[in-house]
Amino acid sequence: MTFSPQLEARFEKLLQSYPPGRQRSAMIPMLLYGQDEVGCVSDELIDEVARRVGVTPLQVNEVLSYYSMLHRKPLGKYHVQICTNISCLLHDGDKLWEHACKKLGIGHKQVTEDGRFSLEEVECIGACSWAPAVQVNYDFHHFVKPEELDRLLDGLREKP
Amino acid sequence: MLYNEPSPLETRVLTRRFGMANSAAIDTYLATDGYQAFVKAAGMKPEQVIEEVKVSNLRGRGGAGFPAGMKWSFVPRTSSKPKYIVVNADESEPGTCKDRVLMENDPHQLIEGALIAGFAVDAHAGYIYIRGEYRYLIEIMDRAIAEAYAKGWLGKNIQGTGFDFDLYTHTGAGAYECGEESALLESLEGKRGIPRIRPPFPAVVGAFQCPTVLNNVETYCAVPAILRDGGAAYAALGVPKAGGTKMTCLTGHVNKPGVYELRLGFPVKQMIEEVGGGIRNGKKLKALIPGGSSCPVLTAEECEGATMDYDSMALRKTMLGSGGVIIMDEDTCMVKAALRIMRFYAHESCGWCIPCREGTTWLRKILQRFHDGGGVREDIGLIGDIAKNMLGRTFCPLGDAAAMPTISIVEKFRQEFEDHLHGKPCPYEHAPEAVGV
Repeated sequence: MTFSPQLEARFEKLLQSYPPGRQRSAMIPMLLYGQDEVGCVSDELIDEVARRVGVTPLQVNEVLSYYSMLHRKPLGKYHVQICTNISCLLHDGDKLWEHACKKLGIGHKQVTEDGRFSLEEVECIGACSWAPAVQVNYDFHHFVKPEELDRLLDGLREKP
Repeated sequence: MLYNEPSPLETRVLTRRFGMANSAAIDTYLATDGYQAFVKAAGMKPEQVIEEVKVSNLRGRGGAGFPAGMKWSFVPRTSSKPKYIVVNADESEPGTCKDRVLMENDPHQLIEGALIAGFAVDAHAGYIYIRGEYRYLIEIMDRAIAEAYAKGWLGKNIQGTGFDFDLYTHTGAGAYECGEESALLESLEGKRGIPRIRPPFPAVVGAFQCPTVLNNVETYCAVPAILRDGGAAYAALGVPKAGGTKMTCLTGHVNKPGVYELRLGFPVKQMIEEVGGGIRNGKKLKALIPGGSSCPVLTAEECEGATMDYDSMALRKTMLGSGGVIIMDEDTCMVKAALRIMRFYAHESCGWCIPCREGTTWLRKILQRFHDGGGVREDIGLIGDIAKNMLGRTFCPLGDAAAMPTISIVEKFRQEFEDHLHGKPCPYEHAPEAVGV
């Protein structure tokens, strides 16, 4: 399996970051960074990471199912994550979530037909004082009102 | 970047560089006494460094509040095994967003804190475990670490002291449970974040089965100030048994939510009224959770006379926790709040022990039924019964974290559960002026 030179460099650095014989430590970071490039944790990526860190693909499978950010199926180009946990809820995060579902016509962990958006109701993302909070891929958006979410999503829809 | 205006009532120790131009750059850090605390520490005996941290009365800022100096002293310095420094940057306790601003605005302060801890316990490598969602902070920390290597503040023979220290970032991939120290160590080793049975504690058997100091971001960030100004000066900022300041996240129904650095012992009412600008829309306070969603809730009456420190909160049978303050006004439906909190714990339970795995799911179902109008009177007692049977019966604190707020909400706001019985519509959702929950 071939990766971009940047990802190869990152993998190389990760494999050297842990004590000798402890390369398994690099597994979860490699899966997450790999997913960012490949689009999901594919069978191929599992095999490749397993080979490089020195475990079986089964051991990788066992670990990855625990972590909510690792996905076996491709997400949308823009993965829209809306926090509805307590601090966001107090700022109508639940209504923002319903608004997003209606706007995109999809529900929790679903992808739009054109593959542009996916949606996830997430647990606390660490933006509690600036609620309600939304993360699109890795970008944070704070104090998001429904009309701001509309503007944000409309902008992303038209982005080439 | 700062996401809220600072308050004049803050005591700025950890945040003293916030707002400066390029506050995250090493040049800014070095121009403002940066890395001088390490120079001072390197001229001391390691035991003296630990003693200084003990004198400071610094307690763990991640939630448990364990004295940091004592934790460091548990590491067997003479062990032939390598020792490790691990920074818990898996900030995911609902209501908490302080480590984010510390890493974003002053990453070198964290590096220096970890470096001093390494010197104190004879560790030569450290890992900053950052939650996966904080990708931009991994980039900021990686950049700062590269700067520190380039200027000789990390690596071999740091500034001619003969001390070697390497520091790495490590990303999580979405799991609240990995903020628990032993689950974090499992995750760092490339496994599922299942907690370990203790003892042995991480100080003796931690990362890679070696002695490890594991503290929260904010705890390490306090260390340079302690060495620079002395433990006694830091201790004097707080209350007798807990020194210094606490990064406090005001969330929920206040006019000026934000992250503020307040001295320990700051009055709760003044925090809400003056730092937070009061309850929004002129409403009254109904309830407050002082330190993240795991802590028992306080009623407005209980907040009278309370101060933001470990003992004042313990007196009121709750905890200072992580400093994530969740403020709820009079229109908040406490059944809905309890349900949302339980949905979180049911989602995050790792499933390893039955009282937590089953208990959180049962409670979520019962609270959902209540919220949807299907609650019966026996359910009120059942909620308390299940929650109390989770307390102290799980491997790690997640079970307690789910049970404690639930028990307190049911006990203190029982009437609201009664108001939802037998299909009665939620009095808050149907109130014409209802805002928020």
